Amino acid sequence: MLNLDINGRRVTVRKGTALLAAIREAGFEVPTLCHHEALEPYGACRLCVVEVREEGRDKTRVVTACNYPAKAGLQVETESEAVVETRREVLDLLLARCPGSPVIRELASSMGLHRSSYPPDQNRDNCILCGLCVRVCEKLGFTAITMAGRGAEREVAAPLKEPPPDCVGCGSCARVCPTGNIPLVDRDAMRRIWDRDFEMVRCTSCGRAYITREYLESRVEASGLPASHFELCDECSRSRTAQTMYRHMVLDDKEASHE
Amino acid sequence: MQAIGNFDELKKYREGLVSARDPKRKVVAVCTGTGCKAYKCDDLASALEAEVVKQGLSDKVEIVPTGCHGFCERGSLLVIYPDDIFYQKVSVDQAAEVVSKTLANGEILEELLYEDPVTGKKIVKESDIPFYKHQQQLLFGPGRRIRPTEIDDYLALGGYEGLAKVLSEMKPDEVVELILKSGLRGRGGGGFPTGVKWRTCRDAPGDTRYVICNADEGDPGAYMDRSLLEGNPHSVIEGMIIGAFAIGSDQGYIYVRNEYPLAVSNVHVALDQAREAGLLGENILGTGFSFDMRVSRGGGAFVCGESTALMASLEGFVGEPRAKYVHTVEHGLYDKPTNLNNVETWANVPLIVNKGVDWYTSIGTGDVSKNPWGGSKGTKIFSLVGKVKNTGLVEVPMGISLRKIIYDIGGGVPDDRAFKAVQTGGPSGGCLPESFLDQPVDFDELSRAGSMMGSGGMIVMDDRTCMVDVARYFVKFLLDESCGKCVPCREGNRRMLEILTRICSGQGVLSDLDLLERLSRSMMRGSLCALGQTAPNPVLSTLRHFRHEYEAHIVDHRCPAAVCRPLITYTINDECNGCTLCKRVCPQKAISGEKKKFHVIDQDKCDQCGVCIQSCKFDAIDVA
Ligand SMILES: Cc1cc2nc3c(=O)[nH]c(=O)nc-3n(C[C@H](O)[C@H](O)[C@H](O)COP(=O)(O)O)c2cc1C
Ligand code: SF4
Ligand code: SF4
Ligand code: FES
Repeated sequence: MLNLDINGRRVTVRKGTALLAAIREAGFEVPTLCHHEALEPYGACRLCVVEVREEGRDKTRVVTACNYPAKAGLQVETESEAVVETRREVLDLLLARCPGSPVIRELASSMGLHRSSYPPDQNRDNCILCGLCVRVCEKLGFTAITMAGRGAEREVAAPLKEPPPDCVGCGSCARVCPTGNIPLVDRDAMRRIWDRDFEMVRCTSCGRAYITREYLESRVEASGLPASHFELCDECSRSRTAQTMYRHMVLDDKEASHE
Repeated sequence: MQAIGNFDELKKYREGLVSARDPKRKVVAVCTGTGCKAYKCDDLASALEAEVVKQGLSDKVEIVPTGCHGFCERGSLLVIYPDDIFYQKVSVDQAAEVVSKTLANGEILEELLYEDPVTGKKIVKESDIPFYKHQQQLLFGPGRRIRPTEIDDYLALGGYEGLAKVLSEMKPDEVVELILKSGLRGRGGGGFPTGVKWRTCRDAPGDTRYVICNADEGDPGAYMDRSLLEGNPHSVIEGMIIGAFAIGSDQGYIYVRNEYPLAVSNVHVALDQAREAGLLGENILGTGFSFDMRVSRGGGAFVCGESTALMASLEGFVGEPRAKYVHTVEHGLYDKPTNLNNVETWANVPLIVNKGVDWYTSIGTGDVSKNPWGGSKGTKIFSLVGKVKNTGLVEVPMGISLRKIIYDIGGGVPDDRAFKAVQTGGPSGGCLPESFLDQPVDFDELSRAGSMMGSGGMIVMDDRTCMVDVARYFVKFLLDESCGKCVPCREGNRRMLEILTRICSGQGVLSDLDLLERLSRSMMRGSLCALGQTAPNPVLSTLRHFRHEYEAHIVDHRCPAAVCRPLITYTINDECNGCTLCKRVCPQKAISGEKKKFHVIDQDKCDQCGVCIQSCKFDAIDVA
C-alpha cells in the first residue's frame, strides 16, 4: 500500500495502481477519451493530464494519469492551471478535427471552448484515433482492424482497406468508440458493420436476433463449450442465471431452516 | 583464426601482427564508405591493387580500402601514408599513374591535389588541409586506416585492449564509475550522462539485462553513425562488450536502420570475427564472462529511433512510443532492465578505458568531476552540410565555436553570399543567427541558445534562405515521420504546418504568431514522446531569432529572402539588352519584348518559378 495526496486529500492505494484509478477512487473526475478499464493504457488522447510533484523533487510535471503509476508521496493536482490549459489545447485541436462530434463539442464547451482556434476540417468523420476499437478487437483475439499510416495519415483500417475478413461482427468496436464513429446497423436479423453483412442468430428464449453467426461460432470454438451454452441473449441469460441463483438461495434457506 | 584464450595470448597475437608489418611499407588508404561509392571507389581500390601487382610493388605498397574519411564531396579520395599525401577526385583510370608516379617515384600529381577554395592554393598533405586540420578525429581517425572487415587491422592498432584491460583489472562497478567520471554524455540526442544510465541499469532488480546500440539514424542528411559502423564496427562492438560487462548483461542488440546495407554487412562480418577470436560469445578471453549480440533491422520511420519505439520494434511490434514514466533502464526490452546507447556513445567507451579519465576530461567544456551534467567532454561528430564550401563529416572537440566549424573547417559560405543561420540538432533542433557564431558547441550552451546538439546535424544557411520556409520544412518532416498516435503531436504539427503555410503564402495574420507560441507550449507539455515534445523547436527558435522575417511576410507581404513564391515579384531592369532568352524559357509565356528591345514580365501570368532569373546572363532580372 502507498499513500499519496490528490488535490490535498490523502489517499491510500495498492502498489501498481494507475494514477487515474487512484484519482477516481478518491472521488475526483478526470476526463478520458482513449481509456478503458479492460484494456492496457494507451496514452494517446492526452486529456487525462494532471500535474504531479514526485517525492523529493522541487519541480512539478504534467503527466497522463491513465498510464502513470501511483507513487508514494506523490502530490497530484487534477485541475491546476497547467492541466486546464493543456486539456483545453487538446480539445481545441480535437474540435478542429471533429467539429461535428457531439461528444467532442460537449467536452469542449464544458471547458468554455465553443469554437476552435483552427479552421475546422471538412469531410472528415468523427474518428479521434483513440485506438479503442483496434485494441478491443485485438484483445478479443480477432485483430480484424488495425491502425495504418503515420503522422497525419494515421487511420483505422482493415488490412488492404477491404472489408475486414477477420471481422466476426461482434460490434465491440462500435460499442467502445467514444465518438460513435463506427456505423453498426441491425435490421431483419442481419447486421451491417465495416461494409460487411452478417447473419444473426435468435435467442431461443426471447427470439431477439442478438449475435452474429460468426461470433457465435468463434465463441463456441474458443470456449470449448457446447453451442447450447450460447443460445440465450445476454439479458435472458442473465435473468436465467438470476432465477437459478434465486431458486438455490431459497432452497438453501429452506433447507437451513429445516435443520 | 584461432580463439584467443587469455590476455597474454591477445598481447602476443597483437605483437605478432605489428612485427609482421614493415613500417617502411607505404599504405594507401582508399575511402570506400557509402558516400564515395557513387564515385566508383571500389573499382579504384581494385584498380590500384592490380596496378601495384602489375608494377611489382606488392612488397612496398599496401592498398587498404577503408571506411569513410568524411570529406565525401571530394570522392574518390585516398591518403598515402606515411607521407600523408592527399589525393581527391581520383578516377579509376588515374590509378596507373598514381602507382607509377607517386608510389614508385614519389612524384606528386598536381591535378589530384586539393585546392583550398579560400586561398586558391594546392595542398599536398592531408594534415595541412583546413577541413582536416581543425578536426580532432579520435573516433574517426582509426577507421580511416583500417579495413573494416579485417579484425587484424583493428587489433594491430590496439583494438580490444580496452576490453582486455576491463576484464583483467577492473570490477564492473569500477567500469561504471570510470564512465561516470569521464563525463561521457549520450550522442543520440538527449545528452544524458552515460555513466548514470549504466549505473541505474546495473542497479535495477532482475537477472537478465540487455544492452542495445541505437543505429537507427533517421535525421535527414546525417550519416555519422553509418560511417562509424561501416568504417570501424569493432570499436562500437568493443564498447558494447565493455558496457555489457559493466552493466551485467549477456545479450545485446544492434538496431540498424534498414537503408544501411553496408553497415549491416560490415557489422555481421565483424561480429563473426570477434566470436571466432574469442572476444565475443561464451567465456570471453577465458574470463568466464559471456556476452553475445544480434543485429536487427530498423522499422523504417524516424520515430523508430526513439527508445521505447525502438524496443517495441525489436520485440516485433509496430514502432510506436509509449510513456516513459517507467524507465527503460528498469523495464525495457521484454520488460527487462535495458541500456540503450547511440553508436557514437558506444564508440567512445574503449577510448576512455584506454586513455583514462584525465585525458578524456581534458577535452571539452565544464567540470564533470562532481556532477556528470557539469559539462560536455570528448569530441562530437557533425554532419556539416548546406551553404558551406566544404561539406562532410567533421569530428571536433566539444566547446569549439560554431564559427570555427563553419569558417575554418567548412571554409565559409560559398558564392560570396552572406551567412544567415545555422541549424543544429536535426529536424527538431533550432536555427541560430550570426550573433551566436562564437557560442561554444556543447550540450547545454546549444540548448540555452534555443537549439540543441541532437545527434549532430549542422546545416548552414545563406541569405537566400527564408526562415519561415525552413521552419515549415522541418515541421512537415516531423509531421510525416511522427507515429500519429497522440493528439498534441499529430494534430499540433498539422496545425503548425497549416499556419506556416498560410504565412508563407501571404495569408498570415499577426495573431498567428501568438497561436504558434501557444500551440508550441501545449505540444511540448502534452505530447507523449520526445518527438512531439521537441517538434516546436524549429518554429520557436526562428520566432526567437528571426521574428522580423515572420513579420515581413505577414505585415509587408514580403519574403525577405525571396523564397516564398506568392510573395515575390520578378521584374526586368535596365541591364536588359533584349537577348530574348528569358522570353524563350518562361514556361508561363509571361515575358514579352522584341529582339534587342527591352523585355517586360506580365505579373498576372508570372507564377514566380524563377527560371528567367537563372537564364539571364546580364543580371537584368530582379527579384524582391
Ligand atoms: C523521434 C526520435 C528519434 C530518435 N532517433 C534516434 C536515432 O536515430 N539514433 C539515436 O541514437 N538516438 C535517437 N533518439 C534518441 C533515443 O531515444 C535515445 O535517447 C538514445 O538512443 C540514447 O542513447 P544515448 O544516451 O547514447 O544518446 C531519438 C529520439 C527521438 C525522440
Ligand atoms: S473509430 Fe472510434 S474507437 Fe476507433 S479509433 Fe476512431 S474514435 Fe477511437
Ligand atoms: S509525440 Fe508524436 S511521435 Fe511521439 S507518440 Fe505522440 S504522435 Fe507519436
Ligand atoms: S485517457 Fe490518458 S491519454 Fe487518453
